[in-house]
Amino acid sequence: MAYSKKVVEKFENTLNEPEKNSVGRWDPSDLDIGTGMVGAPACGDVMRLQIKCKPEKNSHVISDVKFKTYGCGSAIASSSELVDMLIGKTLEEAREIKNKDIANALDLPPIKIHCSVLAEDSIHKAIEDYESKL
Amino acid sequence: MQLPIYLDYASTTPADPRVVKKMQECLSLDGNFGNPASRSHAFGWKAEEATEEARQHVADLVNCDPREIVWTSGATESDNLAIKGAARFYKTKGNHIITSKIEHKAVLDSCRQLEREGFDITYLDPDSNGIISPDLVKESLTDKTILVSLMHINNEIGVVNDIKAIGEITREAGIIFHVDAAQSTGKLPIDLSEIKVDLMSFSAHKTYGPKGIGAMYASRKPRVRLEAQIHGGGHERGMRSGTLATHQIVGMGEAFRIAKVDMDEDNKRIEKLRNKFWGAIKDMEEVYLNGDEISRAPGFLNVSFNYVEGESLIMALKDIAVSSGSACTSASLEPSYVLRALGLKDELAHSSIRFAIGRFTTEEEVEYTIDLVRDSVEKLRTLSPLWDMYKDGVDLDTIEWAEG
Repeated sequence: MAYSKKVVEKFENTLNEPEKNSVGRWDPSDLDIGTGMVGAPACGDVMRLQIKCKPEKNSHVISDVKFKTYGCGSAIASSSELVDMLIGKTLEEAREIKNKDIANALDLPPIKIHCSVLAEDSIHKAIEDYESKL
Repeated sequence: MQLPIYLDYASTTPADPRVVKKMQECLSLDGNFGNPASRSHAFGWKAEEATEEARQHVADLVNCDPREIVWTSGATESDNLAIKGAARFYKTKGNHIITSKIEHKAVLDSCRQLEREGFDITYLDPDSNGIISPDLVKESLTDKTILVSLMHINNEIGVVNDIKAIGEITREAGIIFHVDAAQSTGKLPIDLSEIKVDLMSFSAHKTYGPKGIGAMYASRKPRVRLEAQIHGGGHERGMRSGTLATHQIVGMGEAFRIAKVDMDEDNKRIEKLRNKFWGAIKDMEEVYLNGDEISRAPGFLNVSFNYVEGESLIMALKDIAVSSGSACTSASLEPSYVLRALGLKDELAHSSIRFAIGRFTTEEEVEYTIDLVRDSVEKLRTLSPLWDMYKDGVDLDTIEWAEG
């Protein structure tokens, strides 16, 4: 599989400097944490996205993100790319992020588009989880 | 040591320099470029001499008569010719064929084609270690069975079938036995005067010869008949028409000659490297060897690194050329059908890597790879939510996954 330079760079940076690239986890029971886990081991990819949120004005803002991903190189790159997009956004803005944004940012090959779809799903799940605790 | 390191010898091998030299002598005006079928001049005679010498080398490696060797374009064509050729020739005798679920696609797709033509195919399950039990073959025979096609060495896991025992069963029942031996030449001794095989497929490029050339063995005693699949000119005693590619054939002949001479020494060295490799990674947590530990060809090491996806591991091992049973490396997005037929869970199939060591692999390369594998697996597990869950004692089978 010939990946774009962006996928390879994102993957390698995440692999070699996990902490700097938001790899990690928080206790999912914390009230300011929303956790979204998508995918399945049998399908070859599982993403766990966690957002740390704080109320601000009439909304809630994502102040920090952590993730872990089991999957192919483009799945790992997609979740890492998503993290960059999320920090500082309100939940409303975060909901607007589409898989296309991630796919375009990384030049994903067509056969790997599902990795970006999975990343998009993980945001929605994480926001849903956070809001259920409010 | 040069990077990248090639550890995909089961996929293809580089041509041995001795092979390349022989091939180069058969192309240009000052070389042996004639058409071996030209009977009217010395160019043709000389070319024929070269192809017949090569045929003798191939026959010598597997101990058969050179007249039992038919040149083809590779093991895929040999499999097609053997299976479709025999089935179509003997179809009035019966319409049942036995093969296994872990054959190469050249065999499986040929069988699928025959199914469309009205043949019944039985796809045998291997044991969990990848071996097709001779007893299972025996039990599966019917009075309609005309052909059994099984591989000698499996191309993904390197497991070896007992073709001697299976040949006894098929010969006694009067059923044709085809063996795909694409992976075997130079790795295991084959003695066709001893084992009761009727048809066998060979490839040059898995044995340090060129791509685009292979051969098929067709037994003369007892005589096996085939319907030709490629027509035009009646070359190869009518079994496979087409001008003989002298340089390719000479290359395969030289490769097989070398294989016979070097096999024992090559394999001793390769086996040692393979054992060193496995010995240095088997203590890692949640690492599984796929395929039988004992009945296995040298050089193969198919390993699942649980909770790490295979394609991402290949990306992390960027200076090492290997292949994976992960869906993400296949065009079909399905994990390896071979590993699944062994009963492996999908996630272990996704997590598998095939390391294949060969003639030119050095100890230094293996040591470098060991360090990189250990380091990369650890790094990817740091990234893996499944590894976290495993470490937390969560049974992944009890989770309701959102997808799949």
